[in-house]
Amino acid sequence: MIGLEHYLTLAAMLFVLSIAGIVINRRNLILLLMCIELMLLAVNFNFVAFSRYLGDETGQVFVFFILTVAAAEAAIGLAILVVLFRNRRSIAVQELNTLKG
Amino acid sequence: MDWKDYIVAAPEIVLLGLICLVLIVDLFTDDEHRVRTFWVSILALIGMLLVLEGTGSATRAVIFSGSYVSDPLSQVLKISAVIFVGIAFLYSRDYLRSNEIHKGEFYLIGLIGLLGMMIMMSANSMLTMYLGLETLALSLYALVAIDRNSVTSAEAAMKYFVLGAIASGCLLYGISWVYGVTGSLQFHEIAAAIRMDPTLNSLPLWFGLAFLIVGIGFKFGAVPFHMWLPDVYQGARTPVTLYIASAPKLAALALFLRILGDGLGGLHETWAGMILVIAVLSLLVGNFVAIAQSNIKRMLGYSTIAHVGFILLALFCGTEQGNAAALFYTLTYIVAAAGAFGMIILLSRRGYDAENLVDFKGLNARSPWFALMMMFLMFSMAGVPPFVGFFAKLNVISAVIDSGYTALAVLMVLASVVGAYYYLRVIWYMYFEEAEDKAVIQAGTDTRLVLSLNSVAVLVLGIVPGWLMALCIQILG
Repeated sequence: MIGLEHYLTLAAMLFVLSIAGIVINRRNLILLLMCIELMLLAVNFNFVAFSRYLGDETGQVFVFFILTVAAAEAAIGLAILVVLFRNRRSIAVQELNTLKG
Repeated sequence: MDWKDYIVAAPEIVLLGLICLVLIVDLFTDDEHRVRTFWVSILALIGMLLVLEGTGSATRAVIFSGSYVSDPLSQVLKISAVIFVGIAFLYSRDYLRSNEIHKGEFYLIGLIGLLGMMIMMSANSMLTMYLGLETLALSLYALVAIDRNSVTSAEAAMKYFVLGAIASGCLLYGISWVYGVTGSLQFHEIAAAIRMDPTLNSLPLWFGLAFLIVGIGFKFGAVPFHMWLPDVYQGARTPVTLYIASAPKLAALALFLRILGDGLGGLHETWAGMILVIAVLSLLVGNFVAIAQSNIKRMLGYSTIAHVGFILLALFCGTEQGNAAALFYTLTYIVAAAGAFGMIILLSRRGYDAENLVDFKGLNARSPWFALMMMFLMFSMAGVPPFVGFFAKLNVISAVIDSGYTALAVLMVLASVVGAYYYLRVIWYMYFEEAEDKAVIQAGTDTRLVLSLNSVAVLVLGIVPGWLMALCIQILG
């Protein structure tokens, strides 16, 4: 029988995976944006699992809002990516080093 | 739900309407008359002040099925946020025009950010708080990248976006755990659930709480989640830095007071330890690293981190006195911060940013009046009496001592002494060094007037701080 704890474990694994992806990846900003999406999806998983377990719909409503915000966030992230690429001709993470100190 | 609910929420609804108005005015304005957008935005902000004045009440009103709250705290925070966004706009106009980035989007996105802040200040559920937070954060990411030909702006925007998105993700993960344990998203129901059933105060809730604190720490810019702050302050164009450095700090304060005060106040013993660690780290790292900076925007970024340390230590007490001290500190700190970034804007001109410390050398010879004003601002940030920064620090320290943490108070005084070094260095440069850049200051009359008023306010508030402190205690009492 699959219970709440299985869902929570899966969500936690996805969350850690996305953080690891952001920290380890040094090459490509697009992968970074994908990791951010994965992170929000892990949170959605948690919300739906809790909502089902508690028998309360608020959590599922929250998921709809997160999906909407994630779409807006991706749009802004990609727009900034385009600006960055036009200026530097590169989207490598390790080259983001003009600002430091 | 009845129609009276809409009157309580009128400020946000009217602001949304005014944003649409600004959008349409901007659409029918060509580049030569872009200043029209500016004036319409300023009128919109004045209208907002009137609406806030008209709808304010001394009692607490919870509407929209418990998602939205209007109380004296939200009222004061909203009025201050409107004023500081207005000040940011007034400083920015000439700078944006002379650097050929005078676009209507600056004012428009600035107003949308204000809407996000106001929603955060009135949030009474995690959902409302999250939506306000994202409205603010997404506006700020776009604002940082507003100069699309600048390499540093694009880089700063990308860093801000990625780290801000991680922060939102952590905050959401924390919210999902708090929701799962307490079964509610509304702050008063969360507090009631914890009060009713003390067994909830255990590991699963603490796990969620830790993620919430990571998210809140990111939004404040506290160490060790501060990586974005100096880069964004330095990389963004100065008017954008001014905007980010002022009003959003009030929204961050609201985020803290609503979630950790209203919602999870029953867990004060658990979160106080975590807040203590990040506050002390912010205080030390901010003050010591600021000494090593040669870029004044970056230096003020690190000084912000140190001030955030003070604000968090006041909040760490969890007492009414501590919360009032935090509110007083935030309000008065952003007066000084707005003035300091306004001064950088004042000294800048076409194609040239006065963003290095050496650009302030010999300011006294170029303009004795503005050198004096900058001295007021720096003294206030350093905490020298009779400027207001001194009373802000004093309030926080006495709140900490009253909670029984004398050693902490000693540490705070020592950190302030270290901090005084880099503020006094600016004053030394202004008065005792030869100017490298002898150009005449070109700013317009209204910028000069607003900047003078802003700087004198630091002195006046310092001479008569009593009424503001009484107000802070009254609304948090």
